[in-house]
Amino acid sequence: MGSATQALNQPPARLTGAEIVWATLVGEGVTDVFGYPGGAILPVYDALRKFPIHHTLVRHEQGAAHMADGYSRASGKVGVCIATSGPGATNLVTGIATAMLDSIPIVCITGNVSSKVLGSDAFQEVDITGITLPVTKHNFLINRTEDIAPALRAAFQIAKSARPGPVLVDITKDAQQGTAIFDFEAAKPRAVRPHPMRKVEDTGLAQAAELIRNAKRPVILAGHGIIESGAEEQVRTLAERAQIPVALTLLGLGAFPASHKLNLGMMGMHGESWVNHAIQEADLLIACGMRFDDRVTGTVSTYATKAKKIHIEVDPAEVNKIIKVDVPLIGDLREVLEALLPQVSARDGAEWLKAIDGLRGDSAVRDIKNLPDSGHLYAAHVMHDLWRITGGNAIVVTDVGQHQMWEAQYYHHEKPRTLITSGGLGTMGFALPAAIGAKTACPDQEVWVIAGDGGFQMTAAELATIAQEKIKINIAVINNGYLGMVRQWQEFFYERNYEATPMVSPDFVKLADAHGIAGLTVSTRAELADAVNTARSAPGAFLLNFKVEKEDSVYPMIPVGSALHEMIRRPESV
Amino acid sequence: MLHTFVAYVEDRPGVLTRVASLFRRLNINIHSLTVGRSERVGLSRMTVVCEASAEAGHRIQASLYKLENVVNVDDIAQAPSVTRELALIKVAATPRTRSQVFELVEVFRARIVDLAPESLTIEMTGVESKIEGLIQVLNEGEERVLEICRSGKLTMRRGHHTSSVLKAMNIGADEPTEVPVEESAAEPE
Repeated sequence: MGSATQALNQPPARLTGAEIVWATLVGEGVTDVFGYPGGAILPVYDALRKFPIHHTLVRHEQGAAHMADGYSRASGKVGVCIATSGPGATNLVTGIATAMLDSIPIVCITGNVSSKVLGSDAFQEVDITGITLPVTKHNFLINRTEDIAPALRAAFQIAKSARPGPVLVDITKDAQQGTAIFDFEAAKPRAVRPHPMRKVEDTGLAQAAELIRNAKRPVILAGHGIIESGAEEQVRTLAERAQIPVALTLLGLGAFPASHKLNLGMMGMHGESWVNHAIQEADLLIACGMRFDDRVTGTVSTYATKAKKIHIEVDPAEVNKIIKVDVPLIGDLREVLEALLPQVSARDGAEWLKAIDGLRGDSAVRDIKNLPDSGHLYAAHVMHDLWRITGGNAIVVTDVGQHQMWEAQYYHHEKPRTLITSGGLGTMGFALPAAIGAKTACPDQEVWVIAGDGGFQMTAAELATIAQEKIKINIAVINNGYLGMVRQWQEFFYERNYEATPMVSPDFVKLADAHGIAGLTVSTRAELADAVNTARSAPGAFLLNFKVEKEDSVYPMIPVGSALHEMIRRPESV
Repeated sequence: MLHTFVAYVEDRPGVLTRVASLFRRLNINIHSLTVGRSERVGLSRMTVVCEASAEAGHRIQASLYKLENVVNVDDIAQAPSVTRELALIKVAATPRTRSQVFELVEVFRARIVDLAPESLTIEMTGVESKIEGLIQVLNEGEERVLEICRSGKLTMRRGHHTSSVLKAMNIGADEPTEVPVEESAAEPE
């Protein structure tokens, strides 16, 4: 733990830029980073051994960004990834954009060529601050050693303040090699300048309270902002006191306990019918930390036309962007709710809750997990049993596609930060590296990867990272031999023209074995529970290859261009 | 509708790109953009004019504020303000044909700032319509317009009102007193 902590406690000392990078990270409380070395970042790597920071060597820089992202989503801390210049930096971009779209605080550090040759198309030079400009909250190009600490500290502050997001700090090689006086305190950024349009008027609070008091059919729309703001208790108090049912976005899952009687479940394109019907019938929507994404609204012109809308949101640019709202309360969700709650009194919501319950019964019979065991293995079975066996307590990291929606429907999350998934960008290949980040942040938690056969292969090289780091992660590959969600769209909207969606995959169990990771293939429901338990009790990482029904689809589904209540239901015959 | 934003931004490399990139991302075409030093050391002042829906104004302003280098944004919208543009116009004119141009320059209250044997350069300051009026008349005349260089719009709120950035920083600024003042008289159409 030597020189780093000393560097912080001791009077300002002269350090190299590379040492300043690590000393600043230590000062910011960083204990783990994910990265890949290369020429332009070598000075930084050379100095790593002097500092109490664990470095995970990834197999592709996209993985490094996703790991930092998963680390942040699981812990609430800022995730950090490191890459070299040129291709190392460009490989981060998908991971940075993933974090941007889901408002995840990460700091990405890249090396760049020396300032003397900057702009000369030097070997492995790329304009990464230019490339990442639209997918970062902010970025820095640093070419002076003395600017490193202030820029890095500002990066942490920007990443986690207000609406969080990724920040990139690009440091030239000569700045890493030069020396400067390192003074952690002096490098502290000036206080965050609050967004002048972020304000909550007393009249707005009074109007919101009035709307809640008079509503007959209110619904809370619970989003990711609840988790980022830490407002779970406040949302729960609001729901319970005023007896308002809660519908969740995909990223909001876990923000409100799944078993709570006021929890309706996930809304939107693959939300259960009663949830979307409740929203369409509502006379008041209270949107908490969500942004009316097109996947939750369906066609905007027909969205919840009977409802007044209260929007509690930290980002002023999100208000009235998609849906015109009646009462915007622009501020930190927890602070706004704390100001609003004293004006909210108990109300009787029994009639409205009973009406929603009536809709629920109609859908339940179509629920696939209740179907008799016909020898087929459905992904829904896998999700349901995983939930049952893990007691809903695992951190589940999903990829993107059908399995992601099935997980959201059948794995019931009680606590925040137990579902980690790429919502906004929908990045295939996210799950495996993000799970490595999550497990690194929460080593005592059970972590499951759920990925399709397509997405898993996008970043499967990170199996080697798991092996090298000796990380205990359980991996469920939902293997249907297709790019399933795309196939489903082809089935519904392109006359079953399965162009480029059938997929030949390696034997995933053998692939895992090649990495020293044990595995099993599961083809029937009868084998399911034992296999899950085998994986859980195995000392190391374990892969389960679930060979599920090939042409199953996610129901219900709202086709693009339809209203929220015009959904495709599961055929009765299946 | 036409929106006019006045933004105070940090005077650093790359800031212009960040602002311009925001409009590009929103698929909004910038009609005119002027940047220059302001009364505050280290801060540049931008006037951005763009065509966008009435509702877009809020989102543009809110998004501009999200840029780390943007200190203050004023959505001038329909507020009483002074807007000017500067144009340099080079016209082909020989000593024989100059007098016609001189006459126009006089009527439009413009100035001749360069005179060469084969051409002359007109400097004209005014509202957009006035500058376009002059260009149109020149184009309709016998002399050929060789070059036009226009600054884009510069805008300032009317009244005893220093920039709202000063107000935000609590440095001796008053509320804008919105006294409507007519456009300076006698502007040829």
